Amino acid sequence: MFDSQENSTYQLEPVEDNQFVLNLGPQHPGTHGVLRVILHMDGEYILTADPVLGYGHRMQEKIAENMPYTQILPYMARMDYLAALSFNQAWVCVVEKMCGYEVPRRAEYIRVLTTELNRISSHYLWFGAFLLDLGAFTPFLHAFADREMILDLLEEVTGSRLTYCYFRFGGVSSDVDDSFLQGVQDFVEHMRSHLKTYHELVTGNVIFQMRTKDVGVILPFDTWGYGLSGPVLRGSGEKYDVRISEPYSIYPELDFEIPVERDGDCLARYMVRMREVEESLNIIQQTLDKMPDGPVRSKVPKIIKPPAGEACMAVETPRGELMIHVVSDGTKVPYRVRYRVPSFGNLSVFSRLAKGQLLADALAVLGSLDLVIPEVDR
Amino acid sequence: MNEISILRSLLTIVGVSVAIGLNAVFVVWLERKVAGHMQYRLGPTEVGPKGLLQTVADGLKLVSKQIIFPSAADKPIFALAPIICLVPVFVAILPVPFSDTLQGHELDIGLLLVIALGLLNTLGILMAGWGSDNKYALLGASRAIAQICAYKIPLLLCILPVIMLSGSFSLRGIVNAQDPVWYAVYQPVAFFIYIIAITMETNRSPFDFAEAESELVAGFHTEYSGMAFSLFFLAEYSYMFLASAIASILFLGGWHGPFLPGVVWMLLKIYFFLCLMMWFRWTFPRVRVDQMLNFGWKILLPFSLLNFLITAGVMAIL
Repeated sequence: MFDSQENSTYQLEPVEDNQFVLNLGPQHPGTHGVLRVILHMDGEYILTADPVLGYGHRMQEKIAENMPYTQILPYMARMDYLAALSFNQAWVCVVEKMCGYEVPRRAEYIRVLTTELNRISSHYLWFGAFLLDLGAFTPFLHAFADREMILDLLEEVTGSRLTYCYFRFGGVSSDVDDSFLQGVQDFVEHMRSHLKTYHELVTGNVIFQMRTKDVGVILPFDTWGYGLSGPVLRGSGEKYDVRISEPYSIYPELDFEIPVERDGDCLARYMVRMREVEESLNIIQQTLDKMPDGPVRSKVPKIIKPPAGEACMAVETPRGELMIHVVSDGTKVPYRVRYRVPSFGNLSVFSRLAKGQLLADALAVLGSLDLVIPEVDR
Repeated sequence: MNEISILRSLLTIVGVSVAIGLNAVFVVWLERKVAGHMQYRLGPTEVGPKGLLQTVADGLKLVSKQIIFPSAADKPIFALAPIICLVPVFVAILPVPFSDTLQGHELDIGLLLVIALGLLNTLGILMAGWGSDNKYALLGASRAIAQICAYKIPLLLCILPVIMLSGSFSLRGIVNAQDPVWYAVYQPVAFFIYIIAITMETNRSPFDFAEAESELVAGFHTEYSGMAFSLFFLAEYSYMFLASAIASILFLGGWHGPFLPGVVWMLLKIYFFLCLMMWFRWTFPRVRVDQMLNFGWKILLPFSLLNFLITAGVMAIL
């Protein structure tokens, strides 16, 4: 984040002798998207790092002010394209909260089941991309092979492979069939055994440990000040997860752990995510076992006109806490919509972590924050 | 020098060039196949049988592309860098014996020549980094320079015991001195350190930070396109081949082996090292520059020095 103070480094010149400015991005293989970071470097060491945002700005909040509530739903998947269903869920939940729609039990179970599948696929993509940042190529393709199974499953019920628009106000768009549930069951069993391969290939590797241990340490007293959430926060020893802290949907009925690591370094964030995959598998197994019968959609009007007022809803995406705040003036378009996205907060700590680091470490830190740039820019 | 010997030298140079070129094509194909099978993929399959001609097709594409000179580049240095990288390999392969009879040119100081020419690779990288007027390229080149100090001394200290044991600088002499026991048996520490050092020498993962893709875009060859880029590519694989050949000569007894003809044994040993390096590359993450330097100076150097002193001491006593 660049500040407007006198010592702002948001300028390319002048620099002192023996120093130089390195423009990392917006096209760079290490930034995973259109993030630009202006680095003031002394040799390989970073003096200051200033992220420059807005290359992917799509005016999502303004668009939402001009759209009926139903038409905003597909835009959700364009913000965090890796966790489209979490964003789906946040939007349908906040509108349901305002209008007071009932959601059938089966629909809630399907929502949690598909969202957790989406969480695993997001974590796998992060796993591959993070190791790509560290220079290992093979784990990337191993993760993608497993992610492919999730995409195939979700394609079966939602019709799309990445930018899902599956949830509806008062339920989900279509029911799941037995072949899908059986497919999920097979996937859970496959993954439980296959996670070992990941740990053998990566977690125990000496070079991996050297590259991630004690790199980019986020101290506990920094976490709230920078607005961190999700695995980045839990990697620093804070046990905060919206699924537990402000429970929604059927999460209170499910039995699962919130993985927390104390060290706050890249390795801790890695471990949190890998353990979250296991917990998501647990959640999926429970939803499969308890899946009730019944309708998947309640009756809601065709044109949605929430009563004047406002509502707030937070959900836990794979990257952290997403909060949507909607103000309605009683018409069919929202008066104002505000998204509080997790990646933005997580990115804000990067300047601090990169200061004084080697370039290679800074990119490992950037990878460990798991940023999705369209979500940061909105 | 009569006509016959001039003709022979010319033929040798042409033959070596063609052999190195074709071999690099094959090694690139092999690497892609090995990588593919490690990653649930098949690798190239379309062009030619089993995709064998894929590298040729890629090469043709690269040749037909424009070589872009950055406007602020130092043009002579920029243009010369890939040539400096590649050409020494052709010379360095000359004294390497592939069998009892197959050798470009027998030299008494063959090993010295190979070591000296091996250093020119880093010069080429430095020229590429400096000449392209690109910060990423310069960072890549500076890393390569830092790296060469860290691996070259342990590398030489691992070669010295072999020279002491065989009493020869000639590669042929070293091979003949290993009959019947390979030096890998006498010198396991040197053998082990040598494998690590050649991985560093050839800029291969986990020590590939001169071109570290996720950090420096493409490192020292960021600004190179077309044929200039493919020369770097060819140089990397040719150096791998050369380093593997030297490793098999120094430690695995060169062309010696039962049943099969000598040249087959030699190629088998070379490809053993090549596959080992591919295995490293597709399994390990990249180490950091300072970690690699620490590793080179604090672990490889003392151990290779100790190994050298112990060898010298034992030889003096015996």
